[in-house]
Amino acid sequence: MSTTKEKSWSPRIVAFLCNWCTYTGADLAGVSRLKSSPSVRVIRTMCSGRVDPTFVLKAFKLGADGVMIGGCHIGDCHYSEGNFKTLRRVEMLKILLDQYGIDPRRLRLEWISASEGDKYAHTTLDFEQQLRELGPLQLTE
Amino acid sequence: MKPKLALYWASSCGGCEIAVVDIEEKILDVADFFDIVFWPCVMDFKYKDVEAMPDGDITICLFNGAIRTSENEYLAKLLRAKSKVLVAFGSCAQEGCIPGLANFYDKNSIFEFVYKNSPSVDEQSKGIYPVPITHMPEGEIEIPEFWNTVKTLDQVVEVDYYIPGCPPQSFQILNAVGAVIDILKNGKPLPPKGTVLGAGDKTCCDECPRERKEKKIKRFYRPQEIIPDPNECLLDQGIMCVGPATRSGCDALCVKANIGCRGCYGAPPNVTDQGAKMVAALSSVIDAQTPEEARKIMETLADPLGTFYRFSMASSILKRVQPKTRPDSSGK
Repeated sequence: MSTTKEKSWSPRIVAFLCNWCTYTGADLAGVSRLKSSPSVRVIRTMCSGRVDPTFVLKAFKLGADGVMIGGCHIGDCHYSEGNFKTLRRVEMLKILLDQYGIDPRRLRLEWISASEGDKYAHTTLDFEQQLRELGPLQLTE
Repeated sequence: MKPKLALYWASSCGGCEIAVVDIEEKILDVADFFDIVFWPCVMDFKYKDVEAMPDGDITICLFNGAIRTSENEYLAKLLRAKSKVLVAFGSCAQEGCIPGLANFYDKNSIFEFVYKNSPSVDEQSKGIYPVPITHMPEGEIEIPEFWNTVKTLDQVVEVDYYIPGCPPQSFQILNAVGAVIDILKNGKPLPPKGTVLGAGDKTCCDECPRERKEKKIKRFYRPQEIIPDPNECLLDQGIMCVGPATRSGCDALCVKANIGCRGCYGAPPNVTDQGAKMVAALSSVIDAQTPEEARKIMETLADPLGTFYRFSMASSILKRVQPKTRPDSSGK
C-alpha cells in the first residue's frame, strides 16, 4: 500500500445503537454540535440485546474495521435486562474474535445514556483513533 | 432405461459411504431402481468413465466430502456438469465439517506440522513437502494440489439439495432416497432448489426428550468431570451442547446417549452462522452480571470457537481463522 493511500484511509465503524439511550445520545451529540467521529455508520436497533452476534461477524465480513455496540447503562435498560444479554454476548464474541485472529479491540461495547452526548462524541473519536492504530482489517478467505 | 445414480467422496472420512450401506437390505432396492454409474468407494470406476459421459447424463449425484484439493474441485465441477441433480450429501459437502477445522490454520502451517514438526515424521523425510509435479527418470508424477482453505461444495459449484449430518442418519437417507424414487417413478415435481432433505426444520432441542428448566450456568464441565443426570437438559447441567444452534433430524441421537449435541446437522433454518447462534443462545443461559463473570465462565469451556463451529467453520460468515502469515501465491 502506498503512503498516500495510507494517509487517505480512514476506518469504517459500524455502530449498533439502542433506540432508547445511545441513539438518542448520538442525536444529542449532533444537536449540541459536538465533534464526533465521521467514520461511524449508525444502525439503530430497538435494544442492544437485539444485536445478534451474526450482525457483528457480518459487519466485519462486509468491510467494517470496527464494530461498536451502544446500549443503556446496566439497570437502565428499557426492556429491563436486554443489555445483560449484550454484555455476555460481547464478552463471548471477543473470545471468539481473538480465536478468529481478529483483534478483539475492534469490537467495543459502550453504555451511553440519552443525556451523554459528550460521551458519545469522545467515545467514537477514541474508537476511531484506536482503529487507526490497529490499521485496516484485511480478511483472508 | 433406469435413472442413473452417482456417489462420490471428496475430502471426507468414508463415514457417509458407510451410512449409505447402513440402509441395509434397502440398498438392493436402490441398486434395483437406479443404474449406479459411479461410486469409487464401492465399485471400480475411473474418472475417465465420467469424463466420457454426456452432460446431464447422471440423474442424481450424491456428493460427500469437502473441497480440500484441486482433485476435489475438479470432480465437483465434473460431476456438476454430468448430473441433473447434485446433492451435497453429509456435513462435509454441506458445511465443511471436520475437514473444515483445517481452516483454523493455513496451507503452510499445516504442511510445516505434517511434513516436518509432527513427532511421527522420521528424520530423513523431515521437511520434504509434497509438490504437484515431480520429475522422475520415468516421467512426471502428478498429485493434486492442496488448497489453502477448505471449501464447501456450494462454494465451488451450484448445489441443488442438501442432506445434512455427520454422517446423515440411515433412516433419513432412506426417507430422502424413498422420496427421490417416488418423484422419479410417479413424475412428481422436484422440491425447490436449495431444499434441505432428510432433516427437520427446527432445532435439536425440539427432538430432545430431556427436561428443561431455567438455565443458570455457573461453569462448564468437560465430559470426564461430571456424571450427567439422564433426564435433565445437558446445558442446564453445564455440559456443552450445541443443540440450540443445530438443525433437528437426527432424533437427538447424542443427547439420548448422555453426550451434548456436537452440531453435525448444521445451522437450523434461517440461521447463517451456527457459532454466532450458539453465542446468542448461551448469552441467555450463563449466569453472569458483569463482563468479568462472563469471561470466567467462558474460560471453563475449552476452545469455544472449535466447539461452536466444529462442523460449520468452512460455511461460517468468516470462513476461516485469519492466518498469521499470508498464504503464498500458489495457495488458493
